[in-house]
Amino acid sequence: MPESQAAKTQLRVGLFVTCLVDLFRPTVGFAAVKLLEDAGCKVVVPPQTCCGQPAFNSGDRADAQAIARRTIDAFAGCDYVVAPSASCAGMLAKHYPDLFADEPDMAIKAAAFSAKCCELTSFLVDKLGVTSVAAHFSGVAAYHDSCSGLRELGVHDQPRKLLASVEGLSLVELDEADVCCGFGGTFAVKYGELSNAIVARKTDKIAATGADTLLAGDLGCLMNMAGKLQRLGKPVKARHVAEVLAGMTDEPAIGEPAEAQAK
Amino acid sequence: MSVAATTPRFKDNVHDALHDERLQRALPHARNFMSRRADAVARLPEFDALRDSARAIKDHTLAHLDLYLEAFERKVVEAGGHVHYARDSDEAIAVILGICKACGARVVTKGKSMVSEEIGLNAALEREGITAVETDLGEYVIQLRGEAPSHIIAPAIHVTRDDIEADFRRVHRDLAPDRDLSRPEQLLSEARAILRDRFLSADVGLTGANFLVAETGTSIIVTNEGNGDLTQALPKVHVVLASLEKITPTLNDVAQILRVLARSATGQDMSVYTTLSTGPRRPRDADGPEEYHVVLLDNGRSATLGGPFADMLRCIRCGACMNHCPVYHAIGGHAYGWVYPGPMGAVLTPLLIGVAEGGQLPNASTFCGRCEAVCPMRIPLPNLMRTWREREFERRLTPPLARAALRLWAFFAKRPPLYRFAVEPAMRGLGLIGRRRGRFAWLPFAGGWTRGRDFAAPQGATFQSRWRAKSGATQ
Repeated sequence: MPESQAAKTQLRVGLFVTCLVDLFRPTVGFAAVKLLEDAGCKVVVPPQTCCGQPAFNSGDRADAQAIARRTIDAFAGCDYVVAPSASCAGMLAKHYPDLFADEPDMAIKAAAFSAKCCELTSFLVDKLGVTSVAAHFSGVAAYHDSCSGLRELGVHDQPRKLLASVEGLSLVELDEADVCCGFGGTFAVKYGELSNAIVARKTDKIAATGADTLLAGDLGCLMNMAGKLQRLGKPVKARHVAEVLAGMTDEPAIGEPAEAQAK
Repeated sequence: MSVAATTPRFKDNVHDALHDERLQRALPHARNFMSRRADAVARLPEFDALRDSARAIKDHTLAHLDLYLEAFERKVVEAGGHVHYARDSDEAIAVILGICKACGARVVTKGKSMVSEEIGLNAALEREGITAVETDLGEYVIQLRGEAPSHIIAPAIHVTRDDIEADFRRVHRDLAPDRDLSRPEQLLSEARAILRDRFLSADVGLTGANFLVAETGTSIIVTNEGNGDLTQALPKVHVVLASLEKITPTLNDVAQILRVLARSATGQDMSVYTTLSTGPRRPRDADGPEEYHVVLLDNGRSATLGGPFADMLRCIRCGACMNHCPVYHAIGGHAYGWVYPGPMGAVLTPLLIGVAEGGQLPNASTFCGRCEAVCPMRIPLPNLMRTWREREFERRLTPPLARAALRLWAFFAKRPPLYRFAVEPAMRGLGLIGRRRGRFAWLPFAGGWTRGRDFAAPQGATFQSRWRAKSGATQ
């Protein structure tokens, strides 16, 4: 839908803020709100917890279904449901209908809900036709594609397109950009040693780009990569792509202390 | 089950693999398959359409497997061969030993066969005093080393050139000790010279099959070294050992699947040899075996038909999933602990040895989805792994602490007001504690994370509490 039309009808967009952003990095939520409002949307935030993916991927189907039911109801009045995470958006858009394969009524409802769900940057670019943002960020950034974005939702060009319009930012491509960072939700804790080995290779690739900033659209991947970069003492700062696109980079980068920012 | 699994000790295997410097030096080779596959796919615009048709062929075959099995059997018998059905590994071994004993076999040469690994055939032959000789170069190397394959198409991918030279010097003792083995070609020609004698002295040649063609009763192997041809053409008896989902209706169907097989596996347009065998030698044939047997192994596969894991029976064993798997790249194949590694192994292992034994494997995945993205047969590997996790959860095989933590989290996640009540003070507290450093080097219950990585501290108040404050608590 073109931007002008969005402004005319004012789309009511429910922000699915994601549990990680809600708990760990509210800045990303406010950045998403700003980007959506700048694009002419009316943003609402229904009370919410999590998309249910930890339960779904741990084999706890009943709890995943219960959480999905609540989420579907909570966003009933929205034209679209947008998440600043491809992983959570993938759960909402691709896996909710699977959860109710044995319940025809609910499956229809879930499919209708799923059709409204989008990842943030692809919503801005593909649905609203946004081509640029009014933001400034000085730095050289490497962009990490999250697996769900890349392979479930086709998110690849959209964030790059928007980032290209950020003044002062130059973007470099990561070697092995289509390889997982090793996060995988609870995998990162349950198989910590394996997850750590996978992210070690990823952070080598990040460091090799010479970028000073790492950007991605998923906070889980970002916390994983930032945590490894920091443990290794690499001076790369990690931020969610929405923060940069919204020009909201006053807060310290992920895992960085407040004092360092004041320098 | 004939081969003991170390899969229940998967985490220990992972630890050992990550600290095995020799293995870590060899593992990067597995990554080379990726660019080769990508180049091969790029050269064939209709590749994705071929994947669709390959999937359709297999789905159709599996839906009518009984029919095609009977047709295949009829054709083999018409051509003068024999078909043996084996419900499990023990039956398959009994059949093969019976064939070997009937012809007084002392030496059995073998083409590469993962099903023979599945049933533990080499050990069973040795127990009966029959020498099994692996003739695929990689298989030959690991047989010398007393190891199992670590990859389904590149069995010795965990071994370096230096290792092979040392193994050859250790085992080939009647050759000149000062011979030059510094170049790969020299290793190759030494192995070739030794295997040549074995081919000629073998009584039985055993191969696997990439396809069993119902229309003609033909078994087909796809190889690169030519060892398979010598294995099956020279001895008096040729035994084909294959699992029953290798059945393919027609030669035309095979031709279509062949177009995705080698491209997905090694990035070749076609493998060097595609060899078709139909029955024993006929009176006017120049060569060929006097007896031709097909041993069809079930091992639980027929029970998989029509169930939630039926998609797995489409697998054509190309290895693309493991070639693109970050977990496989990190640890190699042996750490998976049984016969089949990588994503296909993570789905197949619990099917063949039970989820209680094999359950670690479908859990050890980030669900990054690359395996499904490259699978020529479009097997939804992550979904199938998730289905295993559901089975484990239902049967309470999930570790009790993980299960309790999950249920506790879900209790709150299902109740937004309670959730808010629980997490908001916690995040404020964690935010305060972590503010000075911005992150934690250690956290309780998250040692798996913090042993190798820092953990970012929360910013403090949650987004939802800030949003409520900002919008005047209207929601």
